[in-house]
Amino acid sequence: MAASQPAAERLTDSLKDAVVAAVIALALFSGLIGIRTTADVGGLGLNFRWELLAAAVATVFAGRFLLNVFVWRTDKPVTRLFSGPMPKIPGLDKLGVIAGPIMLIAAFMLPVISWNFFGQQNRYIMDLAILVMTYIMLGWGLNIVVGLAGLLDLGYVAFYAVGAYSYALLSTKFFPLMVELGYAGPGIMDWAFWVSLPLAGILAAFWGIILGFPVLRLRGDYLAIVTLAFGEIIRIVLLNWYEFTGGPDGLSRIPRPSFFGIPFSRGEGGFADFFGLGYSPMHRIIFLFYLILILALITNFVTMRLRRLPIGRAWEALREDEIACRALGINTRNTKLTAFAIGAMFGGFAGSFFATRQGFISPESFVFMESALILAIVVLGGLGSQIGVVIAAVVMIGGFEIFRDLAEYRMLVFGLLMVSIMVWRPRGLISSRNPSVYLKERKAVGAEHVAEGRG
Amino acid sequence: MSQWEKDPVVTVEHLTMRFGGLVAIDDLSFNAGRSQITALIGPNGAGKTTVFNCLTGFYKPTEGRITLRHDNGETFLLERLRDHEIARDAHVSRTFQNIRLFSGMTVLENLMVAQHNPLMRASAWTIGGVFGISGFRQAETEAIDLAKYWLDHTRLLDRADEPASDLPYGAQRRLEIARAMCTRPVLLCLDEPAAGLNPRESAELNQLLRYICDEHGLSILLIEHDMSVVMEISDHIVVLDYGSKISDGTPDHVRNDPSVIAAYLGVDDEEVDAVVGTEAE
Repeated sequence: MAASQPAAERLTDSLKDAVVAAVIALALFSGLIGIRTTADVGGLGLNFRWELLAAAVATVFAGRFLLNVFVWRTDKPVTRLFSGPMPKIPGLDKLGVIAGPIMLIAAFMLPVISWNFFGQQNRYIMDLAILVMTYIMLGWGLNIVVGLAGLLDLGYVAFYAVGAYSYALLSTKFFPLMVELGYAGPGIMDWAFWVSLPLAGILAAFWGIILGFPVLRLRGDYLAIVTLAFGEIIRIVLLNWYEFTGGPDGLSRIPRPSFFGIPFSRGEGGFADFFGLGYSPMHRIIFLFYLILILALITNFVTMRLRRLPIGRAWEALREDEIACRALGINTRNTKLTAFAIGAMFGGFAGSFFATRQGFISPESFVFMESALILAIVVLGGLGSQIGVVIAAVVMIGGFEIFRDLAEYRMLVFGLLMVSIMVWRPRGLISSRNPSVYLKERKAVGAEHVAEGRG
Repeated sequence: MSQWEKDPVVTVEHLTMRFGGLVAIDDLSFNAGRSQITALIGPNGAGKTTVFNCLTGFYKPTEGRITLRHDNGETFLLERLRDHEIARDAHVSRTFQNIRLFSGMTVLENLMVAQHNPLMRASAWTIGGVFGISGFRQAETEAIDLAKYWLDHTRLLDRADEPASDLPYGAQRRLEIARAMCTRPVLLCLDEPAAGLNPRESAELNQLLRYICDEHGLSILLIEHDMSVVMEISDHIVVLDYGSKISDGTPDHVRNDPSVIAAYLGVDDEEVDAVVGTEAE
């Protein structure tokens, strides 16, 4: 206890701690404050600012020392705060039970609230909400692969791309061709999205199996590297196959979705006309929002359902111990492939939604950064936790938008967030898992028991 | 003629397993009798676990044949099947020397995973399960009943909803046996089930194994160092040393076999005492 600690000892301890802090400050600041680049006549020059550096280090040293002596006491150095898992917060793991329905209602009410209260900002808020929902859906899709089956997939964005390009190519090239050749009536163009959506999912799942087949022999880090490579291969093919995908020009004029055949257009036969409303471009945005909300909820529903089926239990068992699975007669290769394919399928659905929302796609939207972002959402939220993914997606994507002005610091904050979560809650925000079956009572399994999976 | 020669559940013929230059098993042949407990013993490094790994498909034997016969006369050549096929089709189930439970799943879930294949069929390979077909719900109830039966017999029923890694060591061993039983095996391979158990738990395990063998007519193949377990419950003992069989017969025959005593003398005094000691009893 601080009170029982001799004053002299406290002083030396405070001093030691302050010296450590000063050294760290020196290491960090010598690059950040001590050196400044200047534009000289002949090119870039360096300007050393030793006084400023000394002042910064001295401030850290003095501040740390004083705080240690008077505020924190040295038996509780500040670093301890950052040096281990967060103490268990009772109720945080129950958060999902309460937060789930509240967030669901909030999501359904959002367009109404936004329409009535945010006048000018309405469009912006709805666009952001659609973006967040897309990432929630992608997070849920990837959660099947990473969270349940424990396969570290760094190339998830490839399936997002397959979905997006499937829809774009079907609707801009294939369907017009069918109409031209007389195999389909011109009405198909109004239904393009609804016909393409399942096809895009199937194609993405198909690619999931094709990529998964050779890749899933690998485990752990090797699996991660190869999935990353496959993600890049898909992007590079899209970039270079100019005749088919338009290469870096991308594909434009992708048809917008229709309200089950009724287009969102001004005038006769449009959505507003059909329902006797005044035309507003917001109708389509709100429709898109509900569309992605429903798609995401389907993803969630199917995942929750699969968890309670033998296939879902086999995925989780695979994450826990692959050898034991084989000893129990589970075909681990096929089980991994189904996880990969179903995860990819939801990525494909999300991709075709992305294409129809944007109206334009190019390989630039499917870079590795996207995979990393989706993976970060899953890891921060808690592997295998559905509600955790929602919270992480709202925080990350919402946070990115809020700090848009500080764009250059975004990645810094992003990294800081990752590090803090890894230190405090290494299993993610919501880390306990709900058993899929129970005899008497459903008790959540604490994070310390659950394995991460080794591919 | 002994049971293992009359009606063997598994016949191992000329089994050889080489890892590079190392011969782990050298031309090993033995039978295990139906509805009997067969113990595989031998000093450390004799190749016992390697035999298990060959039997359950985790290793592909370099040479030899392993034939498994079901009650209905159906035969399986195990060396040709892959590990999960051996568990699924030939119904050979195993436990591991270092316990391998699904530690983040509950005790009951562990037993449900063991019934993966019948449940998969009942759920029409997931498609029917997603839509909740009634056949699946019934199959699941039956699966839970089977799990309850084995939990009851391993005294784990009270802890069914707890994470498997929360159980004490002895209970984890029992859970692994219960999980193996839930696959409805014909042959149960136990790799040192009594390791780390106290004498009371060890005696309980003997009872459980005898119960499984006598009441369910199951054949058990057992690797064990604990001689009190081996001598008490085995019907038939096969002794390995340096990958070869040095003795084969009833517990009485084996404990009086000079080559067995010699093999143990060369290794560890304690283990010799165990063999000689049980002889004196």
